[in-house]
Amino acid sequence: MITFEHVSVQYAGAPAPSLHDVTLEIPEGELVLVVGPTGSGKSTLLRTVNGLVPHFSGGTLTGRVTVDGLDTAEHRPRDLATVVGLVEQNPTSTFVTDVVEDEVAYGMETMGLDPTTIRRRVEETLDLFGLTPLRGRSLRALSGGQQQRVAIAALFAAGPRVLVLDEPTSALDPVAAEEVLASLHRIVHDLGVTVVLAEHRLERVVHHADRVLLVDEGHVSELLDPADAMLRSQIYPPVVGLSRLVGWSPTPLSIRDARRKASSLREALGGATPATIADRRVIGPGASVVLDGVRVARGGRTVLDGVDLTVSRGSVTTLMGRNGAGKSTLLGAVAAQHRLSAGRVRLGAAATDPHATPARDRVRTVGLVPQQPEMLLYSDTVAGECAAADADFGAAPGTCRALLDRISGGIDADTHPRDLSEGQRLELALAVILSGSPEVLLLDEPTRGLDYGAKKRLGEVLAGLASTGTTVLLATHDVELAAEIADRVVILADGEVVTDGPAREVLSSSPAFAPQVTKVLLPQTWLTVAEVAGALARIA
Amino acid sequence: MAQARARLQHPAAWWLWGLGLATAASRTTNPAVLLLVIGVCVVVVDERRDPATPNPLPAFLVIGAVVVAFRLVMTAVLGNGIAGDTVVVTLPRIPLPDWAANVRLGGSVTLEALLYAAYDALRLAAILACLGAANALASPRRLLRYLPATLYDVGTAVVVGLTFAPQLLTDAREVRAARTLRGRDGRGLRETARLTVPVLETAFERSLGLAASMESRGYGRAVRSSDGSRRTATGLALAGLVGVLAGLYGLLDASAGGLLGLPVLLLGAVLAGASLLVGASRDGRSGHRRERWAWTETVTVAAGAVPAAVLVVASVQGWDGVVPSQRAELPALPLLAVVAVLVAAIPAWVTPHPREAAP
Repeated sequence: MITFEHVSVQYAGAPAPSLHDVTLEIPEGELVLVVGPTGSGKSTLLRTVNGLVPHFSGGTLTGRVTVDGLDTAEHRPRDLATVVGLVEQNPTSTFVTDVVEDEVAYGMETMGLDPTTIRRRVEETLDLFGLTPLRGRSLRALSGGQQQRVAIAALFAAGPRVLVLDEPTSALDPVAAEEVLASLHRIVHDLGVTVVLAEHRLERVVHHADRVLLVDEGHVSELLDPADAMLRSQIYPPVVGLSRLVGWSPTPLSIRDARRKASSLREALGGATPATIADRRVIGPGASVVLDGVRVARGGRTVLDGVDLTVSRGSVTTLMGRNGAGKSTLLGAVAAQHRLSAGRVRLGAAATDPHATPARDRVRTVGLVPQQPEMLLYSDTVAGECAAADADFGAAPGTCRALLDRISGGIDADTHPRDLSEGQRLELALAVILSGSPEVLLLDEPTRGLDYGAKKRLGEVLAGLASTGTTVLLATHDVELAAEIADRVVILADGEVVTDGPAREVLSSSPAFAPQVTKVLLPQTWLTVAEVAGALARIA
Repeated sequence: MAQARARLQHPAAWWLWGLGLATAASRTTNPAVLLLVIGVCVVVVDERRDPATPNPLPAFLVIGAVVVAFRLVMTAVLGNGIAGDTVVVTLPRIPLPDWAANVRLGGSVTLEALLYAAYDALRLAAILACLGAANALASPRRLLRYLPATLYDVGTAVVVGLTFAPQLLTDAREVRAARTLRGRDGRGLRETARLTVPVLETAFERSLGLAASMESRGYGRAVRSSDGSRRTATGLALAGLVGVLAGLYGLLDASAGGLLGLPVLLLGAVLAGASLLVGASRDGRSGHRRERWAWTETVTVAAGAVPAAVLVVASVQGWDGVVPSQRAELPALPLLAVVAVLVAAIPAWVTPHPREAAP
């Protein structure tokens, strides 16, 4: 269906090619998962399939890419639209119309299908993706998962034989991600569509994949069996980590397969109990964040309603909940970005009211890394950004740069912040905010687009900060990150706190938010591979 | 009136209605008539707005109010050359050097000058309200679906622009909020200058994303022709549009000479029509649930045309009260003009309900 013959891609001014002599053939009707660290060339590989690279992006492509017999060198992306559909990472930026039904029909209209066919296919597609109740809704009023499903449906309706998706679930909560993957599963199994998918959150997708491609620094492996690929891959989901630890063979990819093999492991772990947080670091004394009956209205809608929350000094707390549950708004209210319509917020040892403190002084008490870290970045080089941060926060020159070196795996000082990978941009924004050495650090959805390596580093940095007395509060959909670092988990729904408790208790009892290791080893409540490894080492 | 089925009216009908009402507003400075025009806009939008799209009318009304306030302040400070005897207040006059003798700063503010400024600004506010109403009743994106294939490049630009402009405001707000996270309050000239870079960068990235998405979804693929012939057709269409605009301007602005306006308008219309015909023959797009042109569309356009026609006639013949005097008195009310503007409100009740927005 898709063939690559000695394909290399080099962008203008880039020191090394983004893709290096790729030769492979993807057969029809397969779900192919592309796995690789950030900046390894995954997105470039996906965009060569419909010709956006190089027709739209620029750069030089050598070799030959053909899709369904059409050479992308001779056909522009718009001519390939009948054959390939490309779903971008952020669906909102790709919507052309205002309303669900119009968006689904749009592609077919530009292809000039006759109106009766369009009408029929619109109805079929809406049913297939479960969008019929939403057909008249404004695209902007939908939740993230619904938007992603509309984006896929809009491309699917035009009848392409290949769908290419770039991180379709990375911005979604676990339940919405399941919805999207279920839709994809259906069109692959029932309708024989070929799907090529890149995703960082392997724990969500790897068991759906028929074949896996490993990408690393522009080199692409041949098509691998998922289990074999997971044995070789540098990045792998926790269930594979557990399997590597215990030496299961063949490598289980789904929770169900792993549970079948796990009975002996559960026995071996027997009476051992996981280390408690108190063993890891001291929490408290005293509260660093106190919310008292906080209510916030945005755009005439009450987003937070009477939230009470107390967070101890030096703890790491994660806020979880569906897309649109009010997590970002809660962080915004703590950082005085949104006005309170009722209630009060007190922060830090001095019980500062952030809403009554001028911005210049507030940064000493509370720092927020927003969902789009690039919003914080203004300069045209990393070095300039660090210097500006030192000036903004009145820190000694070099503070920000030193923090950045500690957090990141080394970032070139002359790079433009917008050219950094998503993970590096987050690290830079975090270094900028930490230059103010705030007592309370807030992070909004920090793991979007982060690979396992960057996520692990972030976890270590946050744990380090907490052990020196910084209070960390982060909103995330990423249950594996929460399992790694959180002491406490707060779940929001419809602007209210519905669950609040120690991470182990909350995560292991929630069907949606349980991490993979917990699901495999229930009724025992282990959260991470590292915990299990530690316990096994102690037993042996 | 019982409606068989909720449906969206043809966007062209609403835009022609809006342009008709705007034409009417442009020919009068009678405050009562102008306020009535704004009222009609609000009522029709309230009744027949497409609930699935954001409502831009309030923003247009706010801009209109700002225009009026700005004109009044400027008139009070600088004067506008309208002589009058009714002094409302006397501001301290700031003496200016001889070379600026024509400029007055401060001094007595007369009611006549203020009234003139208010009426004139109100006219602009009413025209803005008409445009806002057309925007709210039929999103410009829907109108773009009817854009002929000849104008492919223009269409891409407009869709990207329509996304660009409102997002720019949202981005600016977000970047300013992010600025406070770095301990700056985002006020002052220097701060504003620093905001522009991230705002523009974000907006450009978004626009590129949209353009890439349109490309990979086949936008413009149906236009299969040589570059040369496409450019000819585009040139023809643009010349036609310019002709139509110039002609309309000539017709509407009495000082530019209505005589020249009509032939230019006709020539422009012919050019535009020709280019559209050429383009349409190569247009491979098709429509999903394209709006039909039913009797309600005709009624809507007619309801917009009536006030336009009446007020153009009224201003040419110089009816009483169409251009009221600046004396401090209630202007005469041209009854026929009022009735004509009220006719424009008819679509609020006879047109079909737009689709229901699900809860």
